[in-house]
Amino acid sequence: MATTASLKQPETKIDKKSLDWRIAKRRRDLLNRSALTLLAVILLSIYLMPMAYGIVTSLKSKAQVGDSTAPLLPMETVLFEYEGQQLGVYTLSLEDGDRELALLRPSRNSSVFLDPNNLEAGEITWEGNWRQLEPVREFAVQWDNYSRAWNTIDFARLLGNTLTYAIVTMVGTLVASSLTAYGFARFRFPGRNILFMILISTIILPPAVTLVPTYAFFVTVLDWGGTWWPLIVPQMFGNAYNVFLLRQYFLTIPREMEEAAYIDGAGPFRTFISVILPQAGPALTAVALFHFFFAWNDFFGPLIYLAGSRDQNPITVGLTEFNGIYSVEPNLILAAAIISMILPLAIFFMAQRVFIQGIVITGVDK
Amino acid sequence: MDFMAEMKVGERGRFSLRRLTHMSPMEKREARWGLLFISPWLIGFLAFYLFPMIISFVFSLLDFTLSSPDEATFIGLDNWKRMLFDDPNTWITLGVTFKFALISLPIGMVMAFMLAVLLNSEHLMGKNILRTLFYAPTMVPLIAAIIIWQQVLNAQTGWVNRGLDAIGINALGASGLRWFDNPSLIYISYTFIGIWGIGNAILINLSALQGVPTELYESARIDGAGWTRRLLNITLPLVSPVIFYNLVLSTVGLLQYFIVPWVLNNGSGYPEGTTRFYMVHFYKQAFNFQNMGYGAALAWLMFIVGLIITAGLFGTARYWVYYSGERE
Repeated sequence: MATTASLKQPETKIDKKSLDWRIAKRRRDLLNRSALTLLAVILLSIYLMPMAYGIVTSLKSKAQVGDSTAPLLPMETVLFEYEGQQLGVYTLSLEDGDRELALLRPSRNSSVFLDPNNLEAGEITWEGNWRQLEPVREFAVQWDNYSRAWNTIDFARLLGNTLTYAIVTMVGTLVASSLTAYGFARFRFPGRNILFMILISTIILPPAVTLVPTYAFFVTVLDWGGTWWPLIVPQMFGNAYNVFLLRQYFLTIPREMEEAAYIDGAGPFRTFISVILPQAGPALTAVALFHFFFAWNDFFGPLIYLAGSRDQNPITVGLTEFNGIYSVEPNLILAAAIISMILPLAIFFMAQRVFIQGIVITGVDK
Repeated sequence: MDFMAEMKVGERGRFSLRRLTHMSPMEKREARWGLLFISPWLIGFLAFYLFPMIISFVFSLLDFTLSSPDEATFIGLDNWKRMLFDDPNTWITLGVTFKFALISLPIGMVMAFMLAVLLNSEHLMGKNILRTLFYAPTMVPLIAAIIIWQQVLNAQTGWVNRGLDAIGINALGASGLRWFDNPSLIYISYTFIGIWGIGNAILINLSALQGVPTELYESARIDGAGWTRRLLNITLPLVSPVIFYNLVLSTVGLLQYFIVPWVLNNGSGYPEGTTRFYMVHFYKQAFNFQNMGYGAALAWLMFIVGLIITAGLFGTARYWVYYSGERE
């Protein structure tokens, strides 16, 4: 009995010690985690701050945007209507505390005010310079900035142009890139490796070096200046990023099903359509998304080929022109900029998993 | 003997006529299908890459204005001579481009790497949400991003200057920080805009960090290596291939830097010519003045400069880029 007790004693002590130690460790971990997470949140706030600025400013009145002393949130100075006049309301510190009074007759030395809540009190005279008074403001969001921006920039037409371009070329690049990728992934032919190297190296080729003759050809020989054709046609042939991504994906698909299809008498093309494509959903989605964002952002091509035909403008060029013309109304410009980012951001948040995997595959496998 | 030689060539996948003529009917059939499948890209490559590149070089030897195509004349290397020796803008705009690249590239790459390290940390809570939100600005269309930064950096009303002013730094007013008017601040402002686009670099860094085996960190910790030592001696070498990839792509991208100066000042070079980038110079020559010959020469020079830089980067790669599976 005695021996077991003396044996048990130190054991519980160790337990207690290790428990203390574990609690201390957990506490330290929690502290570490909170500190690091706090750091990340602070950095994120700084990183996203311009976005908050853009949204808030797009909801302000033109007058408030231009006033560097105005509050940060969208506010309007309060006005009081009195006998057909719009009177500004100011905060006055009087003997009976701060009061909000409407300015009836301003003057440099003594001004006459009214109490909007108690008109019977009559005119109140106040000694001092009214310009030093703080105007009363109330929270006022200018939602109609968005409809004004939408109409001024004719966003519906810009959106139509951009979407048509994005969707037509998306289909084209999906078809061409997946065919090419399958060719590189599954078939042996002479020069395959060299051709694949050439394909990859087109990624670092500056587009400018092919642009001048292409431009001259499209604009003078085919007379396609001012139309979308010079932008659409070259994208019907697949590009390096998309082919690379799809090929990597096709390589991971086991060959058994294709072999079964061949035994059943299907040709390579049939096999590609009925066996490979149905299994390549995520990769095809990633390529479709990449292309959509590319088309949505495309600027240089539309700038040179659509110059002078404003009806054809995509969002990017339309927004840039708007930015140049309406520089006195930053609230409208910001509203238009925010309208232009809603669709890409919404698509990104909905499909981020597939999208991020695609970026990682193209970036890391090389 | 012949057979052995062919096997070796075949192994390396090199192109050889012998292989072509000695192919079995099955192999021929496979090769035909392969070429058929890649034909969309092959046609596109010939029509929109190889052929225009050659024609572009021919253009660079012509005096050719688009408005009067019939008067195009062969002038030999005159465009090249003018570009390299007589037109100071060539070197000025290249200099501007390099100067900006040297400022914005290191900042962007270091930030992308450090943010990836932060987002990879085992101690971080809410990782998925934080990763998504750090990526989100990259999804903001570039023109919209430029407009937002243009306003938030406004000298009088932007939140950056008002914030700095609130913490006691004299940023507002004529003597304050005029982000887009001050030649010594302009590249920093442009770098800010670029930092909203580092999402892809963060993601790629992040996935490389996730591939670093944890045993390496544990044994280093046992050997007494601190956080900085582990970062410099384990993490950095192991993610160097990804850093190299980002470096090459960013360099090539910066050589073609155009949209930001174009949206902000229509390519005027404001302030004091600090934003007269090479691509802006090229655009004006080729598309404003419709000078196809000179434009093509400028484009070719850009291609050559890009090629030299890329080759240079690949040349240095073996001194600092670590490839674990270096057997192929």
